[in-house]
Amino acid sequence: MNSPTVGVLLSRVRVEEKLLLEELESRHVPTKVLDDRELILELEQKPDIGVDVVLERCIQHSRALYALWVFGIWGIPTVNTFEVADICGNKLLTTMRLIRDGVPSPRTRVAFTPESALVAAEELGYPVVMKPLVGSWGRLISKVNDREAAEAVLEHKDVLGTYMHSIYYVQEYVPKPGRDIRAFVVGDETIAAIYRYSDHWITNTARGGKATKCVVTPELNDVCVRAARAVGGGVVAIDVLEGAEGLLVNEVNYTMEFRNSIDTTGVNIPAKVIDFVLATAAR
Amino acid sequence: MAKCPECDAEVTVGGDAVKGEIVPCPDCGAELEVTETKPLALALAPEAEEDWGE
Repeated sequence: MNSPTVGVLLSRVRVEEKLLLEELESRHVPTKVLDDRELILELEQKPDIGVDVVLERCIQHSRALYALWVFGIWGIPTVNTFEVADICGNKLLTTMRLIRDGVPSPRTRVAFTPESALVAAEELGYPVVMKPLVGSWGRLISKVNDREAAEAVLEHKDVLGTYMHSIYYVQEYVPKPGRDIRAFVVGDETIAAIYRYSDHWITNTARGGKATKCVVTPELNDVCVRAARAVGGGVVAIDVLEGAEGLLVNEVNYTMEFRNSIDTTGVNIPAKVIDFVLATAAR
Repeated sequence: MAKCPECDAEVTVGGDAVKGEIVPCPDCGAELEVTETKPLALALAPEAEEDWGE
């Protein structure tokens, strides 16, 4: 069988995109780079864009979301799907899917006014974490230690400008042993995991957290695969907290960054991703 | 080789550089985007926006 042509939708070629493109090239897979800055989607008819499957690697959530929606309507298989991007791009939608499917996650409250958000924080008990519904790399995530800090953060959110900051997502703070877990799920398997260490309570490697290998135990694999399925499945990175009662899924990321995890885990993550993309095209 | 649009330093990239790749300027540290490879052309990479990330 001839290899399908893989479209790689991207905004810029970061380390991850370069590794994925190199993996495709090493297998002689026909590849077409779709730069989202140049993309024009003719909505009235499906144009022949010359790809059999699209691997989405946009840096901007909004572009990824709408492009995936259109590709899906056109019947072009995508990794990931619009559904997965839509759910993972929004912390409230993600949390509700995790709860629906019985995947353990931190206790969370959503409120629509600063006053009710303050009540929610008091009910959860300090410290709490306040997060924007949309956003990543740990930006604008606040650990709120007491009522006065809560009032300050809520007042700031109120004037941030976009309405999304006025949907208040308030979560219990889960004490970390100086680390959390980032696990990579491809299809039905947790292919690799790292510990992210940091002296700061935000352990994101994009914020300077240090990575070491984490052994994928049956428990970790189970909770991560269930989290991946809850958001629709595909290629996702799961952020896991080690709570006193067991593992808790904190977030699910759909355009995963893995540059710090290949050497650390010894797993060829881009190869696993491309395996999945080619399998998706063949379905 | 091309000039950094921020500090005018001379910047070289690897032979495997591709259009759209992000490289740091070795002098000023600015994030630069390879806009052409032959000949090499560099532009300041866009600033991060609110919905950027994983």
